[in-house]
Amino acid sequence: MTEIWQGLIKAIQLIVSLDPEVMEIAGRSLIISVASCLLASVFCLPLGGLIHFQRFPGKRTLISLIQTFYSIPTVVVGLLVFVLLSRAGPLGGLNLLYTPAAMIFGQMVLVVPILLGLTVSALSSVDKAIPDTARSLGASSLQIAVVVLKEARFAVMAAIILAFGRAISEVGLALMVGGNIRGFTRVMTTAISLETAKGDLELSLALGIILILIALIINIILNRIQQR
Amino acid sequence: MKKVTCYLLSILLLLSLVGSIFGCTSSGTVEPLQPKPRLKVATTTSLYDTGLWGYLEPMFEKQYNVELDILYAGTGIALEFGRRGDVDVITVHDKAAEEKFVADGYGIERVPFAYNYFLVVGPAADPAGIKDLKPEEAFKKLMTTAKEKFISRGDNSGTHSKEKTIWKNAGFDYEIVRKSSAWYVEAGQGMGPTLLMASEKGAYTLTDMGTYLSYKSKLELVPIVDHGGTLLNVYSVIAVNPAKVPGVKIDEANNLITFLTSPEIQNLIGDYGVKEYGLQLFTPSTGAEPKQ
Repeated sequence: MTEIWQGLIKAIQLIVSLDPEVMEIAGRSLIISVASCLLASVFCLPLGGLIHFQRFPGKRTLISLIQTFYSIPTVVVGLLVFVLLSRAGPLGGLNLLYTPAAMIFGQMVLVVPILLGLTVSALSSVDKAIPDTARSLGASSLQIAVVVLKEARFAVMAAIILAFGRAISEVGLALMVGGNIRGFTRVMTTAISLETAKGDLELSLALGIILILIALIINIILNRIQQR
Repeated sequence: MKKVTCYLLSILLLLSLVGSIFGCTSSGTVEPLQPKPRLKVATTTSLYDTGLWGYLEPMFEKQYNVELDILYAGTGIALEFGRRGDVDVITVHDKAAEEKFVADGYGIERVPFAYNYFLVVGPAADPAGIKDLKPEEAFKKLMTTAKEKFISRGDNSGTHSKEKTIWKNAGFDYEIVRKSSAWYVEAGQGMGPTLLMASEKGAYTLTDMGTYLSYKSKLELVPIVDHGGTLLNVYSVIAVNPAKVPGVKIDEANNLITFLTSPEIQNLIGDYGVKEYGLQLFTPSTGAEPKQ
C-alpha cells in the first residue's frame, strides 16, 4: 500500500510542478488526438449527412456495417495502418511509419465509424416534422439539410467528443504505428505502458491521473450538451 | 448553444495551446518543414531498458545534428524492421541471426561494439538447486527433475535465441521444452518486464547482465548461474543495405556506427552504470569480435 501512496504523491507532485516530461507527453497526446478527430470530422459529418439524406440500396446494411466497426480493436487498426505505411507496403514511399502523422492517420481510421454512425443517428433522431415543415414552406433540399443539421448539432458534438475519448485513450495503435519514440511519438498511453514495464510507477500514475482528468472533462461537457 | 460552443472551443484551444507549448517536438505533422534529418534505429530491448541508448542519444544527436528515433524491440523484431526497411540501422545481439541478415543482403556488415554475459537469475533460496552449475546442466535439471518455474522471453529476441541454444546444447528439443508444462512460462515481453515477472513469481529466468544490474533494486532475484562459455553476449550494430532495401539513410547510419565504435564513446559505454551499480554493464569491444 505504501508504494501506491508514495507513487500517487509523487505523481501529483509531477503534475503540480508542471514536470516538463509529463507536460510534453500530455501535450503531444492532446495534439494528436484533437487533430485526428477534427480531421476525421471534416469529412465524416458531410458524409454522414449524405448517408442520411440520400436514399440508396443497401443503406441499412451500410449503417449496420459502420456500427459494427464502432468496436474494432485498436490493434487491428494498428496492424492495417502498419501494413499500409511500412516501407515495404503500398504507402511506404511516404515514409510515415513511426511519426505522429501515422498516429493521426491511424486514429482517424479508428474514429471514422463512430463519427459516421453517430452523425447518422443524430440526424435520424431529429423530429420528422421539422424537415416536412421546411419542405412545406418551400425549402430546397440543401436548406432542409441545413435545418436538420442545426437541430442535431448537440448530438453531433457529442459524437465528436466520444470519438476524441476513444482516440486519446487507445494504446495498441499508438504503440504499433508510432513506436513510442521518446520526444517524438511517445504519448500518454504508450508512456504508461512502457514506464509500468520498467517498474517506474510515478510517471505512469501521473499520466494516468491526467488521462482520467481528461475523461472527466469530456464527461462534464457531454452531460452539459445532453441537458440542452 | 452559443455558451456551449464557446466553452468547447475555448477548451480545445487551451488544450492545443498547452500542446503546442510543450509538445513542439511532435510538430513533425504540424509543420511539414523538418530542418534536421531523422535516423531510425531499432534496438534490442536490453540496450534500451538499461538506459544506455537514452544516455548516448543526445550526444549523437548533437555531434551529427540529426534526430535519432529509437525503436525498442526484441532482436528478431528489430531485424524484421530492418528487412521491411522501416529502420536504417539496428543494434542487436544474436550472432547467428545477424550473420543470416547480412548474408541475405539486408545488412552491410556486422560490427560488434560491446559485450557482457548472460546469467540465469532466480530466488535466493534456489529451490531447484542449480546454483553454480554449468548453464546446460542447470537447464537439464530444471527440465528433468526440478520443474521450478522458468520465465522465458518467448519473443524471438537475442536472449530468447540464446536460451534456445542452451536448451539445444543440453540435449533438448526446444519445441518439446516449451510445451512441457506449467513450469515453463513464455512472457512475450522485453527483458525488464520479464525480470519483474520472474521476481513476482519467484521464478528463474535467463537475462543479460546489463538489464539485470539496472533492474536489480526492483528485483528479488540473485545470480544463480553466471559462468560458462555459452553465456557470452555480444552486441553489434548493422547498417541496413540500401542496395537491397531502398530508402535507407546510409550516411547517417554509417555515422552511428562510427560514433559507437569511436574510442571516446567506447570509453563511455565501458563506464556506463559503473558508478551506479558498482559493476561494469557493458565491456567495449572496439568493433571486433570479443574472445570467449
